[in-house]
Amino acid sequence: MQLDPLVFAAIAGMAVATYFTRFIGYWLVRHRTVSGRLAGALEAVPGAVLTSIIAPMALATGPAETAAAALTVLLALRLPLIVAVAGGCLAVVALRALIG
Amino acid sequence: MTPSDFDRRGEFAAGAFTILPLLVAVVPFGLLLGTLAAQKGLSPLEVAFMGATVFAGASQFVAVEIWTAPPAVALLTATALMVNLRHVLMGAAQAPHMRGWSRGTAYGCLFFMADEIWAFALRRGAERPLTPAYYLGLSLPLYLGWVATTTLGTIFGGVLQDPARYGLDFAFTAVFLTLLVSLWKGRRTFYPWAAAALAAVAAHELLPGVWYIALGGLAGTLVGAWQGPAVLREATDAA
Repeated sequence: MQLDPLVFAAIAGMAVATYFTRFIGYWLVRHRTVSGRLAGALEAVPGAVLTSIIAPMALATGPAETAAAALTVLLALRLPLIVAVAGGCLAVVALRALIG
Repeated sequence: MTPSDFDRRGEFAAGAFTILPLLVAVVPFGLLLGTLAAQKGLSPLEVAFMGATVFAGASQFVAVEIWTAPPAVALLTATALMVNLRHVLMGAAQAPHMRGWSRGTAYGCLFFMADEIWAFALRRGAERPLTPAYYLGLSLPLYLGWVATTTLGTIFGGVLQDPARYGLDFAFTAVFLTLLVSLWKGRRTFYPWAAAALAAVAAHELLPGVWYIALGGLAGTLVGAWQGPAVLREATDAA
């Protein structure tokens, strides 16, 4: 078990940078009334960020991933979250074996 | 036990129960990150320290990927900043749900704002007031699980070589897809999401690293700004 000083500095730098990104958005909107275009923008953030994280995997990796993504959405319309997630993971294994 | 203690415990338990399925999905990724970090020469103590202070999976994977001995401190710091830029938008979106929280509670809870916790917190906030106890119920199991599994992965490096074999590399995509289904509000959500998806896929093809998340998020947010808020639009349509 060792903690090298330069390693410590690197991790501390990462930690400070990450916490900065986490509080600054909240800090910026904290004391102002949010309306108009800013409200429209903030309303769009959750879906836009989630979509961006998954879009390359769901749409641009291969037919197996895209088909499994579509199946996950269909399952999520009817069934509990965990069932849809498990179904999607099983589907991606099966589809990769079948169609690559 | 006062009624408010009871409420707090109930809220914490509700949050913890919500995050449990995701904790299962996090275990293999924590073990994998630990394994990769061990191969780069990081000690279990260093990996535990990183998990406990950074607590941001994507940026930790990127950091381990570009890790050198000795580490490039400025490069690692700047990369963590860029990879996590999406948090700025996320924090702004979460702010309206944190009205009435004390300043210390708010800034303390924001430390835990990982993608999954944020997404579940916003879903809760859409249904009923978001409480700090619920937020910590979401956060602490995932936080402890993350620190524990990354550290264990470093100690027992090589336990998990290939999560893709079990479809686990698809688990986060599946989780986020189910969250998107619950956020869907028809045409209003279609345009920002389509813009985000297009920009993210294009950026993923053309740019290195994880710029695609920030650029896709920005594209969707700009379309949202152009659309304006829901309430204002209804008022304008009525007038």
